[in-house]
Amino acid sequence: MTAQVITVTSGKGGVGKTTAVANLAAALAMDGRKVVCIDGDIGLRNLDVVMGLENRIVYDIVDVIEGRCKLRQAMIRDKHYPEMYLIPAAQTRDKNAVSPSDMIRICNDLRPDTDFVVIDSPAGIERGFRNAIAAADRVLIVTNPEVSAVRDADRVVGILEAEEKGNPSLIINRLNPTLVRNNDMLSAEDVLDLLGIQLIGVVPEDESVIIGSNRGAPVVTDPKSRAGQAFRNIAKRVQGQDIPFMDLDQENGLWSAIQRLKGRK
Amino acid sequence: MMNSFSRKKSASNAKERLQLVLVHDRTDLTSEQLESLKDDLIKAISQYIEIDPDAVRIELERDGRSQRLVADIPLRSAARHRAG
Repeated sequence: MTAQVITVTSGKGGVGKTTAVANLAAALAMDGRKVVCIDGDIGLRNLDVVMGLENRIVYDIVDVIEGRCKLRQAMIRDKHYPEMYLIPAAQTRDKNAVSPSDMIRICNDLRPDTDFVVIDSPAGIERGFRNAIAAADRVLIVTNPEVSAVRDADRVVGILEAEEKGNPSLIINRLNPTLVRNNDMLSAEDVLDLLGIQLIGVVPEDESVIIGSNRGAPVVTDPKSRAGQAFRNIAKRVQGQDIPFMDLDQENGLWSAIQRLKGRK
Repeated sequence: MMNSFSRKKSASNAKERLQLVLVHDRTDLTSEQLESLKDDLIKAISQYIEIDPDAVRIELERDGRSQRLVADIPLRSAARHRAG
């Protein structure tokens, strides 16, 4: 095994990066992959609560870097998927406790016996973001169909281009198909046209995402959730499968009926 | 259906505004700088050929992830030149 390191970033905060990381990782684990998530948001630890692992933290990434524990000891095993782990962020330190070369070293240590390392980048384009992209083989950019999020995503794409980090892929999160139909929200096509990068998934706005994070259980585990389906599709595309994009227009009726049937299987 | 016309436009409005703002973000060029570039260009070209400064259009266009500077510089026609 040689892991692929995937960094999830966005520029703007609050667009759903952490949710995307938790769901992508869980969906990869559901497909039988061994996944290690790294919370790159030093000082604003969040991935642990979204994944429901906040009570199990003993060591964090800064403990690993400063030699207080072995990498293995900072890897928290998930409750549901024994092949999924979290390396939490330090809560009482700042982003300067980690350097890009620390991230590269940790990822290289993980590579031999992991399929995917998924890094949750902090918002912004400063040190924490630089750390998060340092080891990335692939970058996923999360945005919302809103002017501020798209503008910030474009800045991030520009920085990745300048750093020659390869071609990032785009996740359009929280798209509301009804608003798009009424021409009151940028469509996925609009956002793609503006940003000019490849699409890897469109996640519809879905209240089950909030319910999932309340419970510390990613929404991909809910077979009826449309957002969960979108994240499962993204995980398949990350694994190289050619999965058609969901038709978000048939929100009620046939599509959800099919989804319900699929969920029962 | 109150005010349906202006409602209908909000996504298009967002896209138009973003198109403009992204092109300037990417090139790090303000509208004022673009205007002064245009003035310099007019000055330079006028040393060689007669142009109509008021008809010169210069703008930044997007083409996927790349930007291009597009200038439309109409030359003064010979007829107009003779008349003037």
